[in-house]
Amino acid sequence: MQFLEKIKKSIFSLIILSLLIISFFVFKFALQKEKIYTPKMSDNQIFTDFEVVELIKENQINFNKVLFGKNFYLINIWSSWCEPCKDESDKLLDLKKDTPIMMIGINYKDKKKNALNFLKSYGNPFDKIFIDKQGTISINFGAYGVPETFLIDSDNKVLKKYVGPLNEKDVYEIKKIVNN
Amino acid sequence: MIISQLGYYSLIFGLLTSILIFFNSSIQIKKNDTVISSKTTGLIGFQFFFVIISFISLIYSFIISDFSNETVFNNSHTTKPLFYKITGTWGNHEGSLLLWLLVLTGVLLGFIFKSKNEPNNYRQLTVLFHQIIVMGFFVFVLKTSNPFNEIFPVATEGLGLNPILQDPALGIHPPILYLGYVGTSIIFSAALASMISSYVNKSWAKEIKFWILFSWFFLTGGILLGSIWAYYELGWGGFWFWDPVENVSLMPWLSLTALLHCVVTLEKRELFKNWTVVLCIITFALSMAGTFLVRSGILNSVHTFANDPSRGIYILTFLLVLVLLSFVIFVIYENKNFARKSKIFVLSKETSILVNNWFILYFLSVVLIGTIYPIFLDVILDEQISVGPPFYNKLILPFLIPFVLFMSIGPNMKWIKTNFKIGVKSFFVIIFTLVLSFITIYFIGDKNIFVLLLFIGFFYLLIKSLDQLRNRTKNYAQIFSHIGFSLLLISILLNSFSSKEVIKNIQVGESFTLKNEKIIFKKIAVEKEKNYESIIGFFEILDGKNKIINLQPEIRIYNEPEMATSEASIKTSLFTDRFITINIIKDQNFFNVRYQHKPFMIWIWISTLIIMLGGIFAIFRKNKEINI
Amino acid sequence: MKKMFMKSKKLSITKIFVSVLLISLNLKSIAISSTYSEEQTINITKNLRCLICQGQTIHESNSDFAESMKKYIKKELENGKTNEEIFASLVEKYGNWIVYDPGISKNTLLLWTLPLLLFLIGGAIITKKILKKI
Repeated sequence: MQFLEKIKKSIFSLIILSLLIISFFVFKFALQKEKIYTPKMSDNQIFTDFEVVELIKENQINFNKVLFGKNFYLINIWSSWCEPCKDESDKLLDLKKDTPIMMIGINYKDKKKNALNFLKSYGNPFDKIFIDKQGTISINFGAYGVPETFLIDSDNKVLKKYVGPLNEKDVYEIKKIVNN
Repeated sequence: MIISQLGYYSLIFGLLTSILIFFNSSIQIKKNDTVISSKTTGLIGFQFFFVIISFISLIYSFIISDFSNETVFNNSHTTKPLFYKITGTWGNHEGSLLLWLLVLTGVLLGFIFKSKNEPNNYRQLTVLFHQIIVMGFFVFVLKTSNPFNEIFPVATEGLGLNPILQDPALGIHPPILYLGYVGTSIIFSAALASMISSYVNKSWAKEIKFWILFSWFFLTGGILLGSIWAYYELGWGGFWFWDPVENVSLMPWLSLTALLHCVVTLEKRELFKNWTVVLCIITFALSMAGTFLVRSGILNSVHTFANDPSRGIYILTFLLVLVLLSFVIFVIYENKNFARKSKIFVLSKETSILVNNWFILYFLSVVLIGTIYPIFLDVILDEQISVGPPFYNKLILPFLIPFVLFMSIGPNMKWIKTNFKIGVKSFFVIIFTLVLSFITIYFIGDKNIFVLLLFIGFFYLLIKSLDQLRNRTKNYAQIFSHIGFSLLLISILLNSFSSKEVIKNIQVGESFTLKNEKIIFKKIAVEKEKNYESIIGFFEILDGKNKIINLQPEIRIYNEPEMATSEASIKTSLFTDRFITINIIKDQNFFNVRYQHKPFMIWIWISTLIIMLGGIFAIFRKNKEINI
Repeated sequence: MKKMFMKSKKLSITKIFVSVLLISLNLKSIAISSTYSEEQTINITKNLRCLICQGQTIHESNSDFAESMKKYIKKELENGKTNEEIFASLVEKYGNWIVYDPGISKNTLLLWTLPLLLFLIGGAIITKKILKKI
């Protein structure tokens, strides 16, 4: 009886000890993890069944119909009041010139006059531009800030997502995928 | 500056004293001395003295805005009002660690004086174990979090303190909270010491009960202050968010509450010896783990200190060492404390305390698992989830019902054995409870069976606790804490169900309504204070009886650091709080206004104070002995 | 005299307003919503986390993202979507982190069952202790 008690106690102690050691290592590794949450890229198709309004002609169209005819689409969320958007405009122009991607701009919470001025000053890299006055269109894509960029294939799958302005490395990455 | 040198070297001397005390005590324990030498007591006094000097040096540096001190530079500004210069001392990581050390060394001194009649072996061992903790913290501060780092060249101005921290409640929240939090350290040291010196008995229970009450009392107060601050400062009218940092203060509190009930049993009947010691260890481990979680940068929360992982690794390792040490000691000395072999009858106070511990530890496990599970999931599976109020509500609320029912009948049980008699009085109590509950449900309008059950349970607890006042021998400590707890639960439940909110974007001169009140936006004024400018909105509330209430929410723009905050205007009454905030929106002519009714808010604070009152009664209570 | 005073008051309000606007723009904390006070929207937004101000709920936050989200949720509710559908679509776009209710999935099974398991174990220990004869 006493021996059984001893075995039970030993097993119990061993379990507690291992739990403590495991917890220690979990917390140790947790220290190196990123604290701020950034949404992971979804493996699914992006949602495209909603209406959008074009910037210049102001006609309404279903976004499904926009993503048609090409193998790759780049959706870039931008604004005239967004400082980093100015930095990435040359990268977008580069992509428009060097790749067969259809460049789609989503003008986020902006005024038409300011948006057009921005495009005049920094160049227009987009094949099509739609407006997102209330920010709800961007939510359909799973975006949460500006600038944000999505690279989509012909099956509406997200190949790459960039939060923040594009840099040289991102452009290189995109070109590599698209030119394969 | 000279004052920084003074502060720094005081800490060095404190550490050296620590080493001296450790060796001194070890020798005395080996020699089995019958009396703690005055040398040890003197050294402990000096240790506390050195920490005081250091602490005062830092405060002084803040007051004179000595920007050659890196901590002062990072956290202060010349235009800050004096009160916030002082409280800013502990509003940052390094300064708050000095506060940790202050309480840590202070409670040891208090222990030495209070334990004069206890066995010397036990006292020496407590000093020994406590010095391990003290040394660990001295090294931690000196190596990773030195409050006296000098920067050169000296800046002319500091970076300032976050405006939302410039608040009276938040000024005194850390000292009060730490008295509770760090007070658990002496409980830990004493528990280990009593295990080794075979002192886990009635006498020890009586002694350690003081320190448990001390910690528990201040921890309750600290949590209360934090909630009050969150309520009026954060602007949403909420007071508890199940935020990880809040959970981290709640866990030791739950553990202390369970421990309190346990140690009473140990004192009266010499039962639950091993379990009491285990709870002492768990309580301090939780408080250390909390320190780790909050300061290591591992949590994503508005409350955390901005920190680097190297500090986290230190605390984590230190915590592991302490827990392993206590584990080993427990395993070795577990059998040395002869447990009284006594039958526990089902209907007895002992059983009700076992049930109390069972439920409280369950609640503790819910909070603990909810807080650290996302961390485990993130590390092991690289999946990020959030655990918020829905989780805690779903797992805690259903169990509250049986818990309060047990809590209602527990105090009526006698020690050892009770003969359960259901009389006419019980019948009336139940009827009265049901009537009260149904009336309340009717007034709230939420005809949900679950909510009804909660109210029945809470009201039953309140009535039974009030009934205790009619006893011949009154235990005021238990009566008031239980009354307070039941009032707290009732107020929280009422508040969560009958709060109303309306959000509008309006211009000056416009008005809106909430229930039978009309809220008029009368005008805007601009004012300039010492370190901020404010836009004040003047609102007039006309209630159903045409009484007028004036509210003046503000938007404050601080200069250093450049930040805008929204200050709520709150009108408190016994029945409800009226709570309003304004915010700027893009259209210059309009303001975003949020107006809320928060019923019974003040009862939430009052009931917590009543709970604390119970604690005060407990400290002064003279317990009757039971002779078996 | 009064005219000058009124003018200077207006000037200082505008000055403050502009500085607040500039600060707020940098801190992304402007409320741009139109009038709304529906309880159902609030029930949903109180259970969502803001991705920009990561310590707040969507309901509390005044950031751009939170305001857009409130409008988005209103639209979805007007289109007849249920609470569950809205939460599910947001989880698909932003991940599980955005909802405060961890839900029951293979990832969270242990989260929900472990406390209950401990409760049962505790109960077993206590029962054994009470039923033990000397």
